Amino acid sequence: MATDEKPPRTARTRLAVAGARSSTESVFGARGRGDRLGNRFFLAFLLLGMAMAITGLAAMIIWAIIEGSPRLSMDLITNGPSTLAPETAGYRPAILGSIYVIGGVIALIVPLGVGAAVYLEEFADKTRWWNRLIELNIQNLAGVPSIVFGILGLAFIVRSPLSLGAVPAAGAVTIALLVLPTVIIAAREAIRAVPPSIREGSLALGATQWQTIYRQVLPAAMSGILTGVILAVARAIGEAAPLLLVGAVTFVTSDPSFFGPGFTTLPTQIFDWARRPQEEFQVLAAAGVLIMLALVLVMNSFAVWLRNRFEQKW
Amino acid sequence: MKISTARRRLAPLAVASAAALVLVACGSDDASDDTNTSSEDSSSEEQPADDDSEDEPADNGDELSGSVVVDGSSTVAPLGEAAAELFMMETPGVQVTVGTSGTGGGFEKFCNGETDISEASRPIKDEEAAICESNGIAFEGLTVANDALTVLVNPENPLQCITVEQLQAIWGPDSSASNWNEIDGIDLDAPLDLYGPGTDSGTFDYFTEAINGESGAQRTDYNNIGEDDNTGIIGVEGSTGGMFYVGFSYYMENQDRVKALEIDGGDGCVAPSYETVQDGSYSPLGRGLFVYPSDAALEKPEVLAFINFFISNAEPIAEAAGFIGMTDEQASEAQAQVDALVGG
Repeated sequence: MATDEKPPRTARTRLAVAGARSSTESVFGARGRGDRLGNRFFLAFLLLGMAMAITGLAAMIIWAIIEGSPRLSMDLITNGPSTLAPETAGYRPAILGSIYVIGGVIALIVPLGVGAAVYLEEFADKTRWWNRLIELNIQNLAGVPSIVFGILGLAFIVRSPLSLGAVPAAGAVTIALLVLPTVIIAAREAIRAVPPSIREGSLALGATQWQTIYRQVLPAAMSGILTGVILAVARAIGEAAPLLLVGAVTFVTSDPSFFGPGFTTLPTQIFDWARRPQEEFQVLAAAGVLIMLALVLVMNSFAVWLRNRFEQKW
Repeated sequence: MKISTARRRLAPLAVASAAALVLVACGSDDASDDTNTSSEDSSSEEQPADDDSEDEPADNGDELSGSVVVDGSSTVAPLGEAAAELFMMETPGVQVTVGTSGTGGGFEKFCNGETDISEASRPIKDEEAAICESNGIAFEGLTVANDALTVLVNPENPLQCITVEQLQAIWGPDSSASNWNEIDGIDLDAPLDLYGPGTDSGTFDYFTEAINGESGAQRTDYNNIGEDDNTGIIGVEGSTGGMFYVGFSYYMENQDRVKALEIDGGDGCVAPSYETVQDGSYSPLGRGLFVYPSDAALEKPEVLAFINFFISNAEPIAEAAGFIGMTDEQASEAQAQVDALVGG
């Protein structure tokens, strides 16, 4: 019953729908009870699915607001952590650490992810086994547990050969590797969705392949690519386990620097406080969840705004 | 038209940069300090063999700078953080960071030369010490506080006291007990619902060694709550047959939700408390908490000053962080160790 949708059901539309239905029924015979029951069930199932998703999210947000609201103040973002005075402790180094790590992640995944996607869609010869192997591997990488990337980051990025040390840059590289498959897959879908006629038209007008990709395909695919980046960043900002391995410590009172040791991030700080026995720290952890929600909202609204600017329809 | 689109394009950027400015502006003095410390830090690393520590008195806080990297047990972390906070109030030039990789994970990094001080909720193992040695890392071990590994059960559990043998029958590597009444001397019909910390934890190592006789030997079909001890409290609170072992502070904060068992180590039942841990009667689950500074790190005056501060103020630090302080004997022993380090 697609007619149950958007347009306001004025008396006229209702009349028109009833008329259309009765004329259809007079030709094909009235629909059986089973059909109508099936419709009801399907709708109920869809609503249930949506309710589950929203209830989970709402429960978490409401819990965080109830639990964390007593601690919502400027202290929370201007102060550093404190074991002696949890009532004025805050997330300042953690917020900055998260911003550094996420900034690094975005700077890495956008060029690398889009580059890989452009190669796989526009240049790679899919009859070659190595290209198919790469494709398969990228899809499998998206399912590897994040802790494995943490071990990889500790072994190769923090220690030799990259030897960055336990710095935000090492965290950014590790998390970038973790979310790169998401970006590549989304960017490939977006590039594939650009109609071939756009490419052919551009090539027919004498543009080179590079010009076609840069001036036509990428702008047209931008909104899909940005969706992938949004998903990737949303996952990246919540990761705690791999960052613990690459050296996001939990007690840092000074502001971090991108290549300087001693950093922390919001999820690691929240995790550390949530497991403390004292009530004050658990309240602090809930307040931290709210900060993280706010940060994700700000970043995502920026990305959505950016995406809408590039949105294109054919 | 042009202006308005430009403005629309820039608006979110302006919001973002304004937010960044707020953060930066609030701590501009800290930020400038950071640049100082990091540059001095790198220069001091370039000359590892400087012996300034002998010339300067170690607790002359105003002139110290650099950083102290502490990592290790999440049980000891609140203690290290309290010490770091108090220390940084006196010596603002020094940055102390405290990580929580777990006792084992902390030693792994420590023996790789990545940290200055490792915190531990059990003494260093021979294997770990051997790795340190083969990497050329020499170290000191200092006791900083005490803890009672506390065995928790549901408040409805009538049991008051448990013997080490009974604990062994429940937690032993070969145990298959699934109900409390399968254990000799316990008359309670409730399914055993076991919670324990992750295997990286020093608490796990200590408990298995003290109860089952071998570090790491324990039945594997229990609820592994990893590093989040509050989960174990929630589990025991909600299950009549629940059982969990954890550091004393978790019991102190949750006395209305769970019950601590007295432990009979052969000399009668002893309840966990500040007194019984300090006089040694809470056995075998009373344990020391330790810090291990490396000798190379102790060459740096800021690390030496921090260790000195930590030990000299161990009592107020333990109190502030909610830990059981050292006995007089332990305190004077640790102080003697530190005095030898400062003097030599």
